[in-house]
Amino acid sequence: MTTTKSQRLHKWLIGGPPLVYLVVFFAIPVLIMVLASFRNPGEFGGLAPLFAGGDGGGQLDLTTESYARFFSDFLYTELFLKSFAYAAITTAVCLVIAYPLAMLIARSPKKHRDLLVLLVILPFWSNFLIRVYAWMIILGSQSVFVTALNKVLGLFGFAPVSLLYTSFAVIVGLVYVHLPFMVLPLYANLEKHDPALLDAAQDLGANAWRRFWRVTFPLSLPGVYAGAALVFIPALGIFAIPDILGGTEGIMIGNVIKQQFLDARDWPFGSVLSMVLTVMAVGIAGLAAWVARGSRT
Amino acid sequence: MNRRSRGLWAAAMFAYAFLYAPLVIVVAYSFNDSRLNAEWMGFTLSWYGKLFHNEKMLIAARNSLLIGLTASAVSTVFGTMAGYAMYRFRMRLLPLLVLAPIAIPEILMGVSLLIFFVLLNISLGMVSIILSHVAFCIGFVAIVVRSRLAGMDEGLTEAARDLGATPWQAFRLVTLPLIMPGVIAGALMAFTLSIDDFVITFFTAGVGSTTLPLQIYTMVKIAVTPEINAVSTLLMMLTLALILIASKLSPGSLRAE
Repeated sequence: MTTTKSQRLHKWLIGGPPLVYLVVFFAIPVLIMVLASFRNPGEFGGLAPLFAGGDGGGQLDLTTESYARFFSDFLYTELFLKSFAYAAITTAVCLVIAYPLAMLIARSPKKHRDLLVLLVILPFWSNFLIRVYAWMIILGSQSVFVTALNKVLGLFGFAPVSLLYTSFAVIVGLVYVHLPFMVLPLYANLEKHDPALLDAAQDLGANAWRRFWRVTFPLSLPGVYAGAALVFIPALGIFAIPDILGGTEGIMIGNVIKQQFLDARDWPFGSVLSMVLTVMAVGIAGLAAWVARGSRT
Repeated sequence: MNRRSRGLWAAAMFAYAFLYAPLVIVVAYSFNDSRLNAEWMGFTLSWYGKLFHNEKMLIAARNSLLIGLTASAVSTVFGTMAGYAMYRFRMRLLPLLVLAPIAIPEILMGVSLLIFFVLLNISLGMVSIILSHVAFCIGFVAIVVRSRLAGMDEGLTEAARDLGATPWQAFRLVTLPLIMPGVIAGALMAFTLSIDDFVITFFTAGVGSTTLPLQIYTMVKIAVTPEINAVSTLLMMLTLALILIASKLSPGSLRAE
């Protein structure tokens, strides 16, 4: 083996460059954003000078004003609650659609499983915007689907509905984009279940319904929590889906962050919103990990 | 097959239909001889023809290609180094920095890079996009390379060292050829991620550096024309081809994610 000294040299020669790159282009920008949330907005957008008073002799100009504005204006709390609700509904719908699919894959013959999993991942690799845009076609007022739906509604004397630019459209888009993230952890969990457990439950007289709720589902809870975290967290911060499918009704927190950075140019406030979003996301991820660990015992 | 498993089949088929129907619709409408995404009016290739005369679209495609090639090349080098370092040495900070960009909300990375570039007076454009793409691609390459290394026979590198190879020779002549499929799969993955990225590009792009996803976004927001269906179909085919090559080279890399 090599001496420890040359081994340490190798370690930094190989690990150093990517480490430095990620510190410069990931860690530092994130830290700057944390700092920016305590700064004042600049006169022409962006940030005010870090040192107030100018001439290099001023003092550090930090403020918690943007945080105060966030917590005092109920509008933003409401927006977070709304985004939270959208993400929660999305997670629940994903779970309902993904569960039978994951179960079917897990109970398929081994040689078919990889293909069935690949079929779940494949749409995920097509461009994100294309997948959202597809729903714009399906839910648009000219679409074959919506005109047929409205004809049926008309037969029963209901007024025609429009689906695009509504909360409904946003949730459909969110479910569509995040579904694979629910299927994969569920499948990974269900695949490990011992079929003998179900046989035993059947021998003891449990019907299919009871076997599912008393055996399969409780055992799959770690997979459910993992899938829920993987769907909920990205869904919470998304901005392109409400931007394209939501109209004014479907605005989410991501849209307001985008607006603060690109239109209002109030960076400190945009940073505050991003910070709250991140703290929420990290908190939920931690909670999911904690609950999942508890349920494993 | 009892009634219960038939119900399971039906629910699962519904899920597959839900996943694929929208994409099939986009592809189908790209051949529809109508300006509207409504009724089927007959087969045409004219939307593809229009696409190749659309100056903005061609520039966007060129930008995307340039960014994708550069970003994937750089991130493959850094990602391979990171994956190797994480496998071979005890690194504390590196795994965290490799995984964090994948785990945090994408919009956070986008806006923090925007602030970073503007404060440093780096003008927003091709360079800032490439620098940002490399930052989020390194992690994906590192994960694929690391999982490839984990499946490798450690004895081979040691044997090379025992036979007098320098650490560099052992790496270049023994380790690197063995992990090459993983490196190529990682590079293809990075290229796909770069070509497809919307959110981070949206915040780090400037005038004259419009990429294909940004161009599609503009068209979707302003005026939907069937040209979007055509460019979407082509982009899907490209991604599909790259994924098939990557999965052939490194089976399991798709799932390792």
